[in-house]
Amino acid sequence: MSDLAGTMQLSRRTLLRASVLAGGGLMLSATIPGIARAAAGSAKAAPLNAFVTIAPDGAITIVGKNPEIGQGIKTMLPMLIAEELDADWDKVRIVQGDSDAKKYGPQMAGGSFATPMNWMPMRQVGAAGRAMLVEAAARRWSVPAASLTTSKGVVTNPANGKTLTYGELATDAAASAVPDPNKVKLKDDKDFVIIGRKIGGIDSPKVVHGEPIFGVDTKLPGMVYAAYERSPVFGAKYVSANLAAAKAEPGIIDVFAIPGSGGHDELVDGVAVISHNWWLANKARSKLAVQWDNGEWGTHSTRGYDEQARAFMASGKPAESLNKKGDTDAAFASAAKVVDAQYHYPFLAHVPMEPMNCTAQWHSKTGTMELWAPTQIPNGGQQTVAKMLGVPEDKVIVHITRSGGGFGRRLVNDFMHQAAAVAQKMPDTPVQLIWSREDDVRSDHYRPAGWHRLRAALDDKGKLVGIEDHFVTFDISGGFNPATMPKDHFPANFVPNVSYGQTKLKTAVPMGALRAPTSNALSYVFQSFLDEVAHEAGTDLPTLLLTLIEGAEADPPQNGPFGKQAGFDPTRMRSVIKKAVAMSNWGHAKLPEGHALGFGYYYSHLGHFAEVAEVSIARTGTVSVHNVWIAGDVGSHIINPFGALNQVQGAAIDGIGQALSLAVELDKGAVVNSNFHNYPVPRMPVIPAIHVEFVPSDNSPTGLGEPALPPIIPAVTNAVFAATGKRIRSLPIDKKLLATV
Amino acid sequence: MVKLTINGETRTLDVPDEMPLLWALRNELGMVGTKFGCGIGACGACTVHVDGVATRSCSAPVGTLAGKQISTIEHLGQTPLGKALQKAWLDVDVMQCGYCQAGQLMSASALLAKNPNPSQQEVDGAMQGNICRCACYGRIREAIQIAAREGATANV
Repeated sequence: MSDLAGTMQLSRRTLLRASVLAGGGLMLSATIPGIARAAAGSAKAAPLNAFVTIAPDGAITIVGKNPEIGQGIKTMLPMLIAEELDADWDKVRIVQGDSDAKKYGPQMAGGSFATPMNWMPMRQVGAAGRAMLVEAAARRWSVPAASLTTSKGVVTNPANGKTLTYGELATDAAASAVPDPNKVKLKDDKDFVIIGRKIGGIDSPKVVHGEPIFGVDTKLPGMVYAAYERSPVFGAKYVSANLAAAKAEPGIIDVFAIPGSGGHDELVDGVAVISHNWWLANKARSKLAVQWDNGEWGTHSTRGYDEQARAFMASGKPAESLNKKGDTDAAFASAAKVVDAQYHYPFLAHVPMEPMNCTAQWHSKTGTMELWAPTQIPNGGQQTVAKMLGVPEDKVIVHITRSGGGFGRRLVNDFMHQAAAVAQKMPDTPVQLIWSREDDVRSDHYRPAGWHRLRAALDDKGKLVGIEDHFVTFDISGGFNPATMPKDHFPANFVPNVSYGQTKLKTAVPMGALRAPTSNALSYVFQSFLDEVAHEAGTDLPTLLLTLIEGAEADPPQNGPFGKQAGFDPTRMRSVIKKAVAMSNWGHAKLPEGHALGFGYYYSHLGHFAEVAEVSIARTGTVSVHNVWIAGDVGSHIINPFGALNQVQGAAIDGIGQALSLAVELDKGAVVNSNFHNYPVPRMPVIPAIHVEFVPSDNSPTGLGEPALPPIIPAVTNAVFAATGKRIRSLPIDKKLLATV
Repeated sequence: MVKLTINGETRTLDVPDEMPLLWALRNELGMVGTKFGCGIGACGACTVHVDGVATRSCSAPVGTLAGKQISTIEHLGQTPLGKALQKAWLDVDVMQCGYCQAGQLMSASALLAKNPNPSQQEVDGAMQGNICRCACYGRIREAIQIAAREGATANV
């Protein structure tokens, strides 16, 4: 067993309790202090209840605790429980749990954490349940439990062929001794019948019939709709508005200003317009004529940031050092060749298909705020909304709805705060607050833009002996800061002389995590730059990467967001690089005229991915991606091959969109883009053929929401260089740079 | 007063003529299967059929729809073609978040009703108005081809 799986198993002293349901049947609840500790940051155990309910008729209900945003978690976590429970998957029903960190432990869709966090605990929950059912059967038949077998919700005595269903045993099982989940026997991999099976999304049948399952589909008696006008300039303050003019518009119930609190992540100053129809509410915003005080922020622009950043990079002096190793001055002074390049990437928006929305009802009698929220981080929303309202956390009820995409956008709950603030002004009336797409594009928490001046020193044998990076980023704060880079970012640990430093620009632009945060930008920069280094050294990128890590050993396990996690392992890196090289016939591929291949590798979210893109460039400069080969190591098992492949294919196309067409521009302190016509995410005609292979390793499985994305971007930019001889040092790719007509 | 024929039923609405069909469906009639994505006809999430033609309901004022046959995702399973598409969607496990899929299915069914055996290029052309932010495009293509094949078999 790998270190990761071992340490995770040991660190979670999983306790199980069982109780008899009112109507008969077994309810299992698991307490997994390891997970609770990760969230609460203390050693005090909070109970996590992964509910398994077995009805007398054999129906099994499993609670999906985490928000479903399209990553397939509502199907996948229950698969782990059902596998070890030996349930009949066809009889499993899955229900979404409300936000309740005390009951379930942390509930979050982010960081590709759910798989590594839950791989062992969910299986232990299932295995403990199975043990209790077997024990109940053993008691009834007066035979040793060890002599019995289970399959598809049935316990069998092989000696006489007698059987009992889980439904028949459920009530008795609740009276069985609760086993120590760390001691329950888990299945051998070869006995898995649910893990590794292609299982369709649990809610997909509802989707194809248009059933109301998303946040914005929430419907309550007497519900009204709200539109929310905020300042186009980030950091601006509300001064005045023509509330009466908006209120005089057809169908408008009320219009009122709301003072902000807690900043961009919570509640910004705004004006709410209320109607029985959202379209009418949104339309009436045009009459508000709000006056805003922009303060110092009304002059900010992407052009201005770019000019400042380039001046800092030209100065050659980072304001602060991130990493100093060896003697870079000496390495560059004696270098046979120096590679010097400046890279830039833009702000990006998330634009999930379901616009931000939240339904809220303030129950005045009980002083309770009830919310229906498509959010990635319901526990956080519950806490901050409670703080904003000045009520205890248990007076904020959050129903987790399915989210129409997330990509990190819904890790910020500003829309929940707006809905709660509006609802509190309209006691006992349910309010559904919806953003327009323009609101979404212009009020995002953006992937930060960034600039890097990179220099590499090569010795006379072409060996990389020194590397420098001057990273120009933004001065922002917050729980998760996406405008940072790890001080040992690859290849720092594999080059003798290193100097990384950074300089920060001042801004009011809200920034947040976008799918594979930091990695989506740094992969492009470093893997493109290393491609330049490889070219100068007379080799290619996969060869350079393999040379750099030659003889290196794996890092020891490190403390991560969910306890011990595997360190960086060059062996796994080597495997995926070699696999992608073989899949794409790298170096030997016979390609159509004008086509070329590019390579990229990245390690993020515990997943190793090596990817190759085949591109061609039209005379107009338009880049087409024809084929993509992807080799990924996300551990020992692909739990649901349907969902896994879908995530990887989607991530590749998402990354291609970032390479080819996406950038958020600011002018006069506000975002210029407004909707899909000027924020052109990929559409069907541009997608390549995507060839995916998973390289299994003995590591515990990790999530797939993110790690497949980062390497595709440099694979595309490096392929463009191979096809044209032109380096792509700024994203998105500028067609004018490549046009030949 | 506006009179609309939706999924074969006549519905009378007291809304301004310029209200987009999408918001009449969602907020006036409680039919929320049709989705709001962009409001400018650029993403296809709100696609319905108007006299059999794929139409962006966010940009179709109700005043222009009197006397026309409107069909929505809630009605898709009532036709053999719709059923075949729904089945193919589930067999291929097309979706991730699923939010755009009502619109994708409505565009796909309008395409196959008109062109039962489309080439990949024709599929791409008919579907390029529908954004899937999760980028399940390869699977959407595949599911359309499966439904087309099954439709062809059914007609033999």
